[in-house]
Amino acid sequence: MSALARRHHGAQGVGGPLLYLRRTRVVALGEWVEIRVPGESPWRGQVIDAGRDISVIQVLEDTVGLAPAAVEITLTGREATAVVGRELLGRAFNGMGLPIDGLPPPVGDATRSVWGAPLNPVRRARPGDFIETGISAIDGMNTLVRGQKLPVFSGPGLPGLDLAARIVEGARAPRDEAFAVVFVGIGITSRETDAFLERFDRSGARERSVLYINQTRDPTIERLLAPRVALAQAEHLAFDLGMHVLVVIADLTHYCEALREIATAREEIPGRRGYPGYMYSDLASIYERAGVLAGKPGSVTQLPILTMPDDDITHPIPDLTGYITEGQVVLSRDLHRRGVFPPVDVLPSLSRLMQSGIGAGKTAAEHREWSNQLYAVYTRGREARLMAAIVGEAGLAPEDRRALAFADRFELDFVGQGDARRTIGETLEIGWQLLETLPREDLHRLSDTVWAARLAGAASQPAVVRP
Amino acid sequence: MSTARLVRISGALAEAEPLADAALYELVRVGERGLLGEVVRISGDRGTVQIFEETTGLRVGERLAATGNALTVELGPGLLGSVLDGIGRPLQRVADATGDFIAPGTSAPTLDAGRRWAFTPVIASGAPVRGGDVLGTVTERPGFVHRVMVPPRVTGQVAAIAAGEYTVWQPFGRLEDGTGLTLAQSWPVRQPRPVASHLALHQPLVTGQRVFDLLFPVAEGGSVAVPGGFGTGKTVIEQSLAKYAAADIIVYVGCGERGNEMAEVLEEFPRLVDQRTGRSVMDRTVLLVNTSNMPVAAREASVYVGVTIAEYYRDMGYRVALMADSLSRWAEALREIGARLQEMPGEEGYPTYLGNRLGKFYERAGHVRACGAPERDGALTVISAISPPGGDFSEPVTQASLRVVGALWALDPELAHQRQFPAVDWETSYSLYADATAPWFSERAGGDWLQLRRAMLELLQRDRELREIATLVGSEALQDGDRLLLEVARVVRDTVLGQSAYDPNDALSSIEKTWLLATLCRELLAAGQRALDGGTAFDQLDLAVPRRLLADLRRAADSELAAGAAAVRAALAGVAR
Repeated sequence: MSALARRHHGAQGVGGPLLYLRRTRVVALGEWVEIRVPGESPWRGQVIDAGRDISVIQVLEDTVGLAPAAVEITLTGREATAVVGRELLGRAFNGMGLPIDGLPPPVGDATRSVWGAPLNPVRRARPGDFIETGISAIDGMNTLVRGQKLPVFSGPGLPGLDLAARIVEGARAPRDEAFAVVFVGIGITSRETDAFLERFDRSGARERSVLYINQTRDPTIERLLAPRVALAQAEHLAFDLGMHVLVVIADLTHYCEALREIATAREEIPGRRGYPGYMYSDLASIYERAGVLAGKPGSVTQLPILTMPDDDITHPIPDLTGYITEGQVVLSRDLHRRGVFPPVDVLPSLSRLMQSGIGAGKTAAEHREWSNQLYAVYTRGREARLMAAIVGEAGLAPEDRRALAFADRFELDFVGQGDARRTIGETLEIGWQLLETLPREDLHRLSDTVWAARLAGAASQPAVVRP
Repeated sequence: MSTARLVRISGALAEAEPLADAALYELVRVGERGLLGEVVRISGDRGTVQIFEETTGLRVGERLAATGNALTVELGPGLLGSVLDGIGRPLQRVADATGDFIAPGTSAPTLDAGRRWAFTPVIASGAPVRGGDVLGTVTERPGFVHRVMVPPRVTGQVAAIAAGEYTVWQPFGRLEDGTGLTLAQSWPVRQPRPVASHLALHQPLVTGQRVFDLLFPVAEGGSVAVPGGFGTGKTVIEQSLAKYAAADIIVYVGCGERGNEMAEVLEEFPRLVDQRTGRSVMDRTVLLVNTSNMPVAAREASVYVGVTIAEYYRDMGYRVALMADSLSRWAEALREIGARLQEMPGEEGYPTYLGNRLGKFYERAGHVRACGAPERDGALTVISAISPPGGDFSEPVTQASLRVVGALWALDPELAHQRQFPAVDWETSYSLYADATAPWFSERAGGDWLQLRRAMLELLQRDRELREIATLVGSEALQDGDRLLLEVARVVRDTVLGQSAYDPNDALSSIEKTWLLATLCRELLAAGQRALDGGTAFDQLDLAVPRRLLADLRRAADSELAAGAAAVRAALAGVAR
């Protein structure tokens, strides 16, 4: 887009977040728009439907007080952009990328389109670098790797954001490489924001992070822009400056609601639960901006957090997310009630890239067999728990009884770790100790080789470099 | 005639005036950057175009030029091993032009126009030819013969033909009417390529996955739907089939899926060796990649481009398997475009022609006699993943697929959560090809293949019933024979149905291994039953040792099968301790 700026006086109409503009001779799809009314602070928006007869502008700020007859509209001739740069580290911005920390706007290294462009799949490298989060349920059972997008499926009142804060505090990049955090708050409350930032400051992560905050009280439609502004910065840090960037986005549920609001205002045919039919593609345009480039340092890893309405994992927001992301970490209300932190239910949780991030030289040679065995016994224990609820423990077969006792200890001792940060070595050891409470004949997934090595105390030590 | 100009742009659609002379589905170039699009509606003077590339930045008033052709794909030597986008552009050449990120408006022909191929004719001047006749051959990849055919619907007499080195569009001969003969041809992707006749399906496509080959086989030329919620392992299954299925050619359409998964495929496939030919798996593969963040209209086109390439190799007489992952994303693209066209929606917002289009796509599968001489048979098998919202199979894409496919591999989130992979729900899944393909398996693996299959299904069925009873009365309260069956069913689930895509020895299971593991499980049940009949109580049975040995056998290489089986059988003798 390179057309010159053009001005229009008066709009055809306004409704909700949409402004209608008539008879614009030249207008481009996605064009950035400034809207001024004398005596008011300016509104910003973008063209979402470009037409010779009528064009539709999506206004990012609240449109209360916007009088269509009085507006002066500037079509800027460029699309939505954001300033990106190393100097943004340590700063805080709103969802449009304007400073909210009282400091002047940054000059930055460059100005980028916030929409990004799809990474060419042939230029991607396969992600396979283990990230030690310090959380056993993730490191041991659903391993995170660089370049992955692994969302946390939380529920109302569940500590999704706490878990994300813990991961940010605890994450260790192998080999001490340059490491940055981009945090995007979308429609989160000031209580959540403050709590998150406080932990952030305490852990000393602040100077290597950039914050983009849109709180509950901030304009709704700005939420559609916030993650994209942040990802433009993340991509710059990763692919231009060679840093490893962890992007935390909370909460995608608010983003999807903003998307639905726009779709309804445009009178589009609604899909499931009123969300637009293109929500999959739209979410993908955010989530797919994670990865590693072949032959270049740097990576973008995403840790989006979303709230499952009514804990329903089949709700369109978690459902479509799960189809795009490389797994999910699912929080359990039941574990949370029992005081387990982090309350991760490892069964529906999954990391699709785990297999390329574990094994000899990364975590431990026996990692896969070890986690398969933990999954197998834990699953049997969970089944036995259901059975025991009806027939009582006495009615269980001996192996089921042992599995049930194992499941209880697994949840409390392995998944539950309170405030402690565990190295991958500690995680593996706790798992081994739990497995050793069972007789050998219950451990069907362990080969004799791995078992013998464990007995000989020769289980290989993880090769993680600590900071 | 005045130039057509854009009057409206909204999402992937643009409207232009005047466009009265265009034809429906005619290819157009849009705007200064020359974005590719396709006319999807003409109403009076105004035409609506779906655009295969990112439309942001497109301006009202920009020009639009019709090309006179429909969306076609170039077919010829050089397709194998290539990685194409949804409309057939090689992503490597796109990357050479635009770098790490894809920019719209790149022009890159599917086939390398500069590369020369050594052509050997098989017919001489003066021969009468018609569409489908083989004119000669090119070695496309080491050991792979690419048959150069007369394009469909062309007839005439060869006036000249000569061996030599040619580029794909450089004539190596001509017909008497002057038509040039080239190594490559073009074909409109939305039209099935013609065949002489359809043949019966009787040979299985051996997948190398025990649960499919044994319980739910697919015939060459058949079609399978693989629906499953997220995390149930659709992609791992599709990739395993692409790596290990016994097909000559694999066309893999990644339709609206993950970029990182494609990176995985691109890293892994070239290194993997096809055990039957000794060549790299990539040498038999064409990848079409349209990740979920690439333009939605190209996603709609990608399955047609893929199936056309697959048909082309089928016409040479090869056995081709097409994996589509996932057709739901294709259907959603259809829905998105339909909604923007303001069409009256059918079920769940999908256009009413969804079932019709899906059916036509699946019907491009088949076991066929190709057109032309020499006589040759080819097969095109379609295996498509489906991503039902919320994992609910009652949704339109799954249901419309089930009306036409011959096999259903239903994936179950519960099994996936238990890490039982492939997470195939053996109660819901079915195959209509089981009887027709059983003779083939029986001949090669064991004469009792059909009985073995039936025995496994019965065991699993009984297992499910008993587990339901056990949740009510407790497993302790079951009779010893039933407790034995529950244990053996666990072993079957672990060692026969369960298969690890990450274990080098287990990822591909030969039919001999599949047969052996299932047979040994049957023997385990029989040995246990004999011990119970002999007066041993269930709690006294030693099942752990044979169970572990079976697990080892599952991970064993084919050369170790006989020794492993002997060890299991020795342990079976000691079941009664």
